[in-house]
Amino acid sequence: MHLPAILPWGAAEGFSKQMLLVLLSVVIIAAFFVLAARKQQLVPGKLQFAGEAAYGFVRNGIAKDIIGGKDFIKYVPLLFSLFFFILVNNIYGAIPLLQLPTFSHVGGAYVLAGLVYFTWIGIGLKKNGIRYFKLATVPSGVPWFILPIVIPIEIISNFLVRPVTHSLRLFATMLAGHLIMMIAGSGIEFLVMQENILLKGTSLLVLVGAIALYMLEALIMVLQAYVFTLLTAIYIEGALHADSH
Amino acid sequence: MNQLIISAATEGEVNPLMPNLWEMGVVLAGFLILLFIVVKFVVPMFEKTFAERAEAIEGGIAKAEKAQAEASAALEEYKQQLTDARAEANRIREEARAEGAQILADLKEKAAAESARITAQAHAQIESERQAAVVSLRSEVGTLATTLAGRIVGEALNDDARAARVVDRFLADLETQNAGAAK
Repeated sequence: MHLPAILPWGAAEGFSKQMLLVLLSVVIIAAFFVLAARKQQLVPGKLQFAGEAAYGFVRNGIAKDIIGGKDFIKYVPLLFSLFFFILVNNIYGAIPLLQLPTFSHVGGAYVLAGLVYFTWIGIGLKKNGIRYFKLATVPSGVPWFILPIVIPIEIISNFLVRPVTHSLRLFATMLAGHLIMMIAGSGIEFLVMQENILLKGTSLLVLVGAIALYMLEALIMVLQAYVFTLLTAIYIEGALHADSH
Repeated sequence: MNQLIISAATEGEVNPLMPNLWEMGVVLAGFLILLFIVVKFVVPMFEKTFAERAEAIEGGIAKAEKAQAEASAALEEYKQQLTDARAEANRIREEARAEGAQILADLKEKAAAESARITAQAHAQIESERQAAVVSLRSEVGTLATTLAGRIVGEALNDDARAARVVDRFLADLETQNAGAAK
């Protein structure tokens, strides 16, 4: 599952195309937003407007709506970085020649989900102290005789399954999309190589399907970046207001 | 390509859920760098711009509200002034009317007094002239009558006192006759 390395060239392990793309994404995002935000005009130009719209989408559409309150602004940088980091790395999969969504390799997804996992647990502990684990696992207003069932379920769903689903959702959708495009490409190539003219013609059907799936994949790439960020915001909100849940 | 798929299939041992540690390291490093840049530069710059813009808009609204308040205050003042001016005009008109009436009444009174004075003066003059005429007539008539009577009776009525008595008696007789005639 690993790409041949760029450095050292052709080795099984090393600095691969994927790693280069990750670093490139950092440069792209940082450059775009620093350029867009740099002028700080009250009446924005086109670039600044685009930057503000993108920033405002995460700031208001995710952070403010989900976390709310006065201190949502503290979590905007994390959510903003997550959204655009995942977005750009996903979109790589839809760009010809690059065509490699970074998170089709599970490592990156683990890293981000892990960061988020420790972040929201840290927030919960800081806000509520050690009592946070009780708040997060013992739901209020549940009859006592159901608690023995509910508490294990809460522990499993919140502390064990959550980071796994959080990372695998992103990874699986990206891998699946990547595989579908690869299979469609191979399938077209295979069919075109056939001697039978009718069989050759069916490659067109596969092409049409592949284009449709490409569009769907592009949508999913954006959507998964949004979902990942939204879930992060929901987890943080849950940790912040654990006592009212 | 076929060979590649086959080789991938035969390779089969690879578990897609097993991460490559190097990749994880690169993603972690890349993300942390991005997070640092975002925390340090991007978010503060955008937030500063947003805050400035909000302030500018709110400042504009405040300014507009102030201007509106000033305008309505000015309008109120003008209305007040207009009302005052109307009241003033009414008052002046009333005063003028009253004054006019007063002047008219004064003039009428003065004219009446003047006419009364003129009438009285005329009466007095007539009276005095009549008196003068009566006096002169009396003396002249007396003289004439005395002279005439003297000539007729041949006796000079030189005694003035007697003559005056005679004349008076005559005139008194005359007056009683006149009075009797008038009745």
